[in-house]
Amino acid sequence: MRTLKFLLRKEFRQIFRNKSLLPVIFVMPIIQLLIMPLAADYEVKNINISIVDHDHSPYSQKLISKIIASGYFRLSDYSNSFNQAFEQIEKDNSDLVLEIPKDFERNLIRENTQQLYIAVNAINGTKANLGGAYLNRLIQDYNADIRTEWIQPQRYNASPTIQIASSNWFNTYLNYSFFMVPGILAFLVTMVGAYMCSLNIVKEKEVGTIEQINVTPIKKHHFILGKLIPFWVIGMFVFSVGLFGVGRLVYGIVPIGSMGSLYAFLSLYLIALLGLGLLISTYSDTQQQAMSIAFFFMMIFLLMSGLFTSIDSMPEWAKVIAQLNPVTYFIEVMRMVVLKGSGFSDIKYHFLIICGFAIFFNGWAILNYKKTS
Amino acid sequence: MAEIVIKAEKLTKRFGDFIAANEITFDVYAGEIFGFLGANGAGKTTAMRMLCGLSTPSSGKAIIAGFDIYKQTESIKKNIGYMSQKFSLYEDLTVIENITFFGGIYGLSDKEIKEKSEILIQQLGLQGVTKKLVGSLPLGWKQKLSFSVAVLHEPKIVFLDEPTGGVDPVTRRQFWDLIYEASDKGITIFVTTHYMDEAEYCNRISMMVDGVVKALDTPSNLKQEFAAGTMDEVFFELARGAKRKGD
Repeated sequence: MRTLKFLLRKEFRQIFRNKSLLPVIFVMPIIQLLIMPLAADYEVKNINISIVDHDHSPYSQKLISKIIASGYFRLSDYSNSFNQAFEQIEKDNSDLVLEIPKDFERNLIRENTQQLYIAVNAINGTKANLGGAYLNRLIQDYNADIRTEWIQPQRYNASPTIQIASSNWFNTYLNYSFFMVPGILAFLVTMVGAYMCSLNIVKEKEVGTIEQINVTPIKKHHFILGKLIPFWVIGMFVFSVGLFGVGRLVYGIVPIGSMGSLYAFLSLYLIALLGLGLLISTYSDTQQQAMSIAFFFMMIFLLMSGLFTSIDSMPEWAKVIAQLNPVTYFIEVMRMVVLKGSGFSDIKYHFLIICGFAIFFNGWAILNYKKTS
Repeated sequence: MAEIVIKAEKLTKRFGDFIAANEITFDVYAGEIFGFLGANGAGKTTAMRMLCGLSTPSSGKAIIAGFDIYKQTESIKKNIGYMSQKFSLYEDLTVIENITFFGGIYGLSDKEIKEKSEILIQQLGLQGVTKKLVGSLPLGWKQKLSFSVAVLHEPKIVFLDEPTGGVDPVTRRQFWDLIYEASDKGITIFVTTHYMDEAEYCNRISMMVDGVVKALDTPSNLKQEFAAGTMDEVFFELARGAKRKGD
């Protein structure tokens, strides 16, 4: 115990004396938490649309003004030549082309049916997809509008329609920051844990001080605990600042679930991630190597965690990767507890899985950490 | 005959096909200053790392301070001090913090640490800089501090790997004063060096060439044996046959 006391004292002194690392640990996560959720928004706005109007009728005008008035679209070009509109797509000024055929209004009235043509620039997949969907919806709306206009009020609509009324649970206003902040926070804690911890140990290797430690009778587990505990404490601290400071004060997110289970999960999760950091450090001799390996894992962790894309819509093989990713579980737990109000019984499997990760990473790292080469 | 504190018998370390240390055999007696000489790449550091328990030998036997080099490395570590070629105190800790830290992990009590660090600081004349970061000290001071920290827990043996590399002659002299002082307290000194004047200060020296101990005797006997006036000539005579290129 006494050895551990000396190790911890040394570690904390070094961390707080490191003028370049300290801001990375404490300031960067907060800045990222302030910036990233604002930009990481699934809602697509400012879709540039080119409209080719061969009709120039009151009906086509009405459709166009309806589209622009929706707020999602920006008219980038209005012409009567499809080639000109396509040129706009080629120049990347437009995401969508809507072509209104000649005699749109006449055929609509006379034949009761008309076709519109939508061309989508699919380079930006999300924007194209959602833009196309929005536009479809608007045209349907428009369709409904003209139907009611035509059908006499006293007569009932002959074709039955189903109206859908939906309400959004757990995040009533579909506020994306509610969805993103807990996830991003989970990822930032991961970064601080695994990254900083592995760099710290490898630095000792690089400078050569680990040799001096290895010739002392210091116990392996003391040394490891001396490295893990400081970053565990820092991880807890960064998380709390992120959740209560930034999350609550800036985004107004009040966690509604059990804080006890959230923190219990976090402490276990940090042990698992620090184990990974430790493992990385046992396989690298320089900080550069450690950084590259850690970066590789972080990228996969970030992209395969369900932070940005839903895991449920991934292909089967990708789901397997996501399930092997500890960050996935933490982000899930965060969203469940913070937004949905889940308690311990809802996340008990997550606990078990993270426990497994912790044992796996730490066990491997301890086996691989050798005082004697 | 004095007690044997280091007994190496056919100690060998292989890295793949390369034999860094080939069946080295020697004894070191308690309280002696044992010089471990050899050209760059001769295998000195490898041998020393094995003796300190930092590296497991490929074959051979060794007993350090009464403990087996394979099974009792942790007991060995309690009884030795080590100062590596690379400066290895914490540069981002102050002088006093380094002393306290290493004292602490060797299991000294707070009282012992306090007493010993006071003596040590006095002895090295570091009174004015105890609260300065070690990284800001000149190399000579760092090396002296490093040595003093290595013997803080009064080990039986202290291993010094080129402790005076890059240090000015005056500081080197002071450094050797520290070594003698430690030796007077009964600490056995095992030292590698490239300075032949330092070799003269040793009680006995061994010469390693291409991973093998080529000669082992007192400096005066060696000079006689090779009919040389200085240790420099002895070194040249022995190292001339080396096949390995220095690093």
